[in-house]
Amino acid sequence: MVALESTDTQAGVAGMTIDVQAVSHSFDLHGAPLPVLDGVELRVEPGELVALLGPSGCGKSTLLRLVAGLEPPSRGSILADGRPIDGPDPSRVVVFQDPTLYPWRTVRDNVALGLEARGLLRSQGHRIDKALALVGLTGFERAYPHQLSGGMAQRAALARALVNDPRLLILDEPLGKLDSLTRLAMQSELVDLWRSSGFTGLLVTHDIEEALFMATRVIVFSGRPARIKADLPIDRPYPRHRGDPVLTELRHRILELLGLAETW
Amino acid sequence: MSVNDTAAALPAANGGALPIGGGLPSNLLLRFSAAALLWFAASGVTALWPDAADAQEWERTGEFASLLVVAAGLLVLAALLAAAIRPAPRSRLEAAIASLSASVPWLIALALGVTGWEILTAKLNLLPRPFFVPPQALLEVYLDDWPRLLDCFAASLRLLITGYAVGSILGVVTGVAIGWSRAVGYWVHPVLRLIGPLPATAWLPIAFFAFPTSWSASVFLIALASGVPVTVLTWSGVAGVNSAYYDIARTLGASPRFLVLKVAVPAAMPHVFVGLFMGLGASFAVLVVAEMLGVKSGVGWYLQWAQGWAAYGNMYAALLVMALLCSGLVTLLFRVRDRLLAWQKGMLKW
Repeated sequence: MVALESTDTQAGVAGMTIDVQAVSHSFDLHGAPLPVLDGVELRVEPGELVALLGPSGCGKSTLLRLVAGLEPPSRGSILADGRPIDGPDPSRVVVFQDPTLYPWRTVRDNVALGLEARGLLRSQGHRIDKALALVGLTGFERAYPHQLSGGMAQRAALARALVNDPRLLILDEPLGKLDSLTRLAMQSELVDLWRSSGFTGLLVTHDIEEALFMATRVIVFSGRPARIKADLPIDRPYPRHRGDPVLTELRHRILELLGLAETW
Repeated sequence: MSVNDTAAALPAANGGALPIGGGLPSNLLLRFSAAALLWFAASGVTALWPDAADAQEWERTGEFASLLVVAAGLLVLAALLAAAIRPAPRSRLEAAIASLSASVPWLIALALGVTGWEILTAKLNLLPRPFFVPPQALLEVYLDDWPRLLDCFAASLRLLITGYAVGSILGVVTGVAIGWSRAVGYWVHPVLRLIGPLPATAWLPIAFFAFPTSWSASVFLIALASGVPVTVLTWSGVAGVNSAYYDIARTLGASPRFLVLKVAVPAAMPHVFVGLFMGLGASFAVLVVAEMLGVKSGVGWYLQWAQGWAAYGNMYAALLVMALLCSGLVTLLFRVRDRLLAWQKGMLKW
């Protein structure tokens, strides 16, 4: 794998600082408010890869939507490099659990989406091939999404995000629907990408092992409404080993925090 | 019997496709000869059997018989060519001969049908006149009245295309607007609910009165008939777009314009085409009614005019033209769809 050339971006790809300040959020459910986030405080430094762990449906994905700028928080504020987030921006790109490729576009045209939307297709079109090479999809440019396997579709979605040279990559269970072998392979690939590109990463996952294998920090959330229960730095060098006893110890602690210690 | 033998024995069953690795069916000459023989027979019955004595003698009988001979001759020629040239496997010529061979049952049925029709009408005069005419009467119309028929065909096509284009374009625009904008939906939806189910032909009296010409009135009616289904289906297509598609585009910096034109519209296209097919069907119905009642040209008018003169030969001739017009347009729309929606899986082939 090769890194995207950083010369044609503003000041290289410097990771973004994210400051989540006292954010609470609730949905309107049949007229009654349903609180999903409760006073979340979180600061992510440039170049960190932070994993968000928590029970299913606790509101982790909602936090990602707020950081992406797809919705404004009910209370509190989120700062990106010190400026409040007031909407989506191509510097903060999301990869969802479903690849959500546009079925009417070829792989290449799907990857081109961000450049096309910003009118950069002509001047920056060469970046598409690099992004495809980066995720190992060279040769599949003209395939349609229904012709791709799950792993290839998710790689295409990743290329669609990376072609914009994001300073924050928001990963919402990106490997959740893949088979376990593909998932293990793509965990390593994502770590390599992140280490060579220097963006800040926010990763929601259900998989403790995945969080420990990939992240610099793991944030453990409570059930809904989500509060931060623990903030665990994972101070282990890359590339990591899944059998690392320090990670095993951390895994035990996280299970404890999630109330699942007896299954260990 | 291997799979290949089975496929070769039933070329019609696999839609004219070549049996894999099998080449042409071995009894090709026999199949073509049987069909050719029946076409020769049809020609012989037409030319040699005198018309019924108690009725008129039909014109153009000789020309029709010649036409049948030509058809039979072409079949013989095809059989001989296939046997003599031995086209290369999987060549275009082989594919053409194979597909002709697959049509042999139809060619035989047609020859029998024409012969039966000829005998029941011209030769034995068994069917009530003037409602039933022999096939040469249709040929007579095409040979003698073709300028007028061609004119009518062109007029119908022009009227239909104009009305359908106006209706489809307005339908897509309205459908997208309703699906996209809450304000537009608020005002247009109730109107659509009230007026949509009303058959466009119900507007006929007021349309012919309100519009300056019957032509513009007919354009309005056809546009209305085709526009309503297109609007409803486009709307439902836009409303059903996966909201994650919008999220993706928004995080990548898409403008609202991009969201409509590059996300909502292409995502709704399969629905839009269902609407376009429904609209095309509705526009055929309105076209014929409008031409029968108001417009003084077109195939619908010709049908009406021929019936007024009890010229049933002309009527059948015009019906056939009408069928070709409608079927041709439906085929064309299928072609357009196949091209635009090539990304979809499992599409119906027309």
